[in-house]
Amino acid sequence: MIGRLLDRNPRFANWLYGFTPPERGTVVLVHRRVYIVPARLGWFFAGTLGVLLMGSINYALSLGFALTFFLAGLGLAGMVHTARNLARIAVSPGRVEPVFAGESAQFRLYLDGRAPFDRPSVLARHLGSGSQLVVDIPAHGIADAVLAVPAKRRGWLAPGRVMLETRFPLGLFRAWSYIEPEARCLVYPRPERSPLPPHIGEAAAGALHAPTAGSDDFAGLRGYQRPDSPRHIAWKAAARSDASTTRSEDLLTKQFAGDAAAELWLDARLLPGGLALEQRLSRLAGWVLAAEQAGALYGLRLPGVELAPGRGDAHRAACLQALALYQGA
Amino acid sequence: MNHPLAPEQRQVSVRDLAWLIAALAVVVAPHALRAPWWLTVLTLCLFGWRAYFALNRAPLPSRWLVLAVAAVAMLGIWIEYRTLFGRQSGIVLLVLFSGLKLLETRTHRDAAIAAFLGYFLIITNFLYTQSIPTALLMGAALFLITATLIGFSAPQRAPRANLRTATLLLAHAAPAALALFLLFPRVQGPLWGLPQDAYSGMSGLSDTMSPGNLSSLALSDAIAFRAEFDGPTPPPAQRYWRGPVLWDFDGRTWSIGPSFWAEFTPPRGGSASYRYTVILEPHNRQWLFALETVASLPRGTRISFDGRLLSTTPVRARLRYETASVTEPEPVAVERAGALRWATRLPPDSNPRAVALAQEWRAASASDLEVLARAIAFLREGRYLYTLEPPLLGANPVDEFLFTTKAGFCEHFSSAFVVLMRAAGVPARVVTGYQGGERNIVDNILTVRQSDAHAWAEVFLAGRGWVRVDPTAAAVPGRVEAGLARAVPETTTLPLMMRPQLEWLRGVRDRWEATVHQWNVWVLGYNPERQRDLMTSFGMRDADWRALTAVLFTFLGAMTAVLLIWSLQRLVRPDPVQRAWRAFCRKLAARGVERAPHEGPRDFSARAARAVPAAGGSIERIGALYIALRYGAHATQPGVARLRRMVREL
Repeated sequence: MIGRLLDRNPRFANWLYGFTPPERGTVVLVHRRVYIVPARLGWFFAGTLGVLLMGSINYALSLGFALTFFLAGLGLAGMVHTARNLARIAVSPGRVEPVFAGESAQFRLYLDGRAPFDRPSVLARHLGSGSQLVVDIPAHGIADAVLAVPAKRRGWLAPGRVMLETRFPLGLFRAWSYIEPEARCLVYPRPERSPLPPHIGEAAAGALHAPTAGSDDFAGLRGYQRPDSPRHIAWKAAARSDASTTRSEDLLTKQFAGDAAAELWLDARLLPGGLALEQRLSRLAGWVLAAEQAGALYGLRLPGVELAPGRGDAHRAACLQALALYQGA
Repeated sequence: MNHPLAPEQRQVSVRDLAWLIAALAVVVAPHALRAPWWLTVLTLCLFGWRAYFALNRAPLPSRWLVLAVAAVAMLGIWIEYRTLFGRQSGIVLLVLFSGLKLLETRTHRDAAIAAFLGYFLIITNFLYTQSIPTALLMGAALFLITATLIGFSAPQRAPRANLRTATLLLAHAAPAALALFLLFPRVQGPLWGLPQDAYSGMSGLSDTMSPGNLSSLALSDAIAFRAEFDGPTPPPAQRYWRGPVLWDFDGRTWSIGPSFWAEFTPPRGGSASYRYTVILEPHNRQWLFALETVASLPRGTRISFDGRLLSTTPVRARLRYETASVTEPEPVAVERAGALRWATRLPPDSNPRAVALAQEWRAASASDLEVLARAIAFLREGRYLYTLEPPLLGANPVDEFLFTTKAGFCEHFSSAFVVLMRAAGVPARVVTGYQGGERNIVDNILTVRQSDAHAWAEVFLAGRGWVRVDPTAAAVPGRVEAGLARAVPETTTLPLMMRPQLEWLRGVRDRWEATVHQWNVWVLGYNPERQRDLMTSFGMRDADWRALTAVLFTFLGAMTAVLLIWSLQRLVRPDPVQRAWRAFCRKLAARGVERAPHEGPRDFSARAARAVPAAGGSIERIGALYIALRYGAHATQPGVARLRRMVREL
């Protein structure tokens, strides 16, 4: 109920949580943002204390009092220590690799302890997806937590709210804090496998003499050039030469039949009619992957977007990004 | 929902269990001395059984099997004690539960509850003894259980780190614990009825005296009470600590007679007076001990017509009281007739030879005083043997002692003497208590042990009132002056510490007992009364529970605040070089040159120098110096100072 209330009143939630999301850069969990309540075990502990106190009074046990009060002090110190285990952690988001829709975005958070003591058992949980893991932050060190967030739709994906929680050292209290780091993950359209388009159109005529069917047939080696896909580098050959002296110029690229000059336009107009936009983008994404795998030189053409033919991971990424962020003509 | 920190969802590891079993073993170990042997073995078996399951990663036994074991063990306890809810039986039941709980411990939640049970078991040890060694052992147990609990929260952490955290936590808990101990409003227990056997095992004088029971008490080294004198300590011959006064005699056993309260009238005159504080060990009786003759009534006590000091409730916790006594006060020569009649009663047809002898003296004497003198002379010349191992006596114990065995302990002498006096028509009664006490050379406190238990007599003489006569001292002159050890023959087995050869050991013991005394006074003897005294010495007169609570919570709040500040302080503050660099970045940002997150110091200072040409030179110098200080081999103090100055002047 409270959760729903907070969802409806984001400003109230921001006031309550002490920050306005998303936060840029490094977020330090100041004490104001660390909440603490007794965990269920804490109530058990309090009950034990009550029984001990009764027993001490009833039997006039001085050492019983001493024990009871020591445990009470322990509870108090435990509370401060539990809050301390989270307080002043500096959280910064890491780089996020793009993923395809339907996969999980791997958001990486760096938890910098910034303290001469270690901070064991800190739980990081992505509230939206429930993805979570427990990390131990070493003294003077940084731990990284990778939260897998399902990417459902193409476009930019923000991680949303993440909760950090700890119960260390005694488990009697539960301290937690919310963060909403400014990070985003690029989500490509879900690729849909379909045969590559026939090479037609203005640039296709000259490219057709290379048989595309043989694109996987190994044809020989040539010197490495920058746009070559690393997938086609003859790594075995490179490994055989003296590794310490290997430079990029010494690498060899495997050549495949049909690789030579096939220039392919992946044009949205080539898609069968009647497909929805998302389906079209999915088909195109599938084509991009297939074309890259085939080692072809390929370009992308969408209404309002045109990427010149190219090859290699950067080109592939550019094409997929264009598809991911495509807003329609 | 799956929650990796929720204890009910975390399985215990072998390591967690090993810690838990070790901690519980320390807690229950002292109970092995008191619990029936089979229960100790059973509990150990349960611990071992659980360890076996853990090591073999076998599934735990079914709940029914555990319940069956529990039922059988509880039946055994019931057979042993005939109850499950007495003190002793309740405690062994808890010890058993610690083993049973382990057998159904699967998750961290179960394990944590077992650890809390361990905390609870600590207090059960204090029901038997609150000595310093017990306190130390239980302190170790507290530490171990705490480290175990920490281990549950941090499964990947090295055990040494957990021990360190436990130390830190306990250190942080100490101030709060001390404040609570001193300030928590104390209530005098008990809150409800205690089990029947709650105070078994407290030793001391009893309200009856028969041949043999004092001498067996005298074999105990246990402390009866301690007395701390303001000023001089009385000489050994004056150290008669008055306890129960025995009036009724059935031919063998003496017992306390009628009990009337008396209006307390302080004695007048006296050759010497002493002020002192007594710390009485609990003996579960109402009587208190004071030097004869008591001159000041301690708070909360009354006095009986025969001069016994009595507390209103049985002494079940160590009791501290201040009083004063005088020796040889002016005689009070009045006594009611009923009491005098009572003091000459003897059972008919018992101890005929003694009675006949006394009547012979009566006939030959002119006064009570003369009878008394004859009796004392009889004992002195009778060559009686003073022994801790008196021979067993039959139906007429006084006759047998006086004429046949001629060997006995103080109860024999006093009993025989009073019988003789009564038979001669002189009112007499037996007084039991303690005689003597040993002065501790370290703190000058007089320690009176059970081995100082003594019985003497009082006779009523016209014009002089009740007069103390110590028949033992008459028969064995060394007893009172030199103490028990020198008075009994050397072949007698004495309590270890009373043997004269072990002088050096006594020095060690004196030191130890001085420590124990402080422990008793300040730790164990801290009660509502002492709490009031302490508050008064802090300037809070008549502090009631509200005032105490207010002070307590103020202190606890302050302490938590200090801990919180500490927890922040310990966090790394940027070093001066880093601080200067941040100030530098802030200054440039104010001039519109903001450092991008990816920009290193070299790139940023180069860009800033281009953007702010007026200060370009110093910006570049600051950048270079910062790089040298931060990433160079070593940062020199002047270098740091120069950086800060340059940033300030920018």
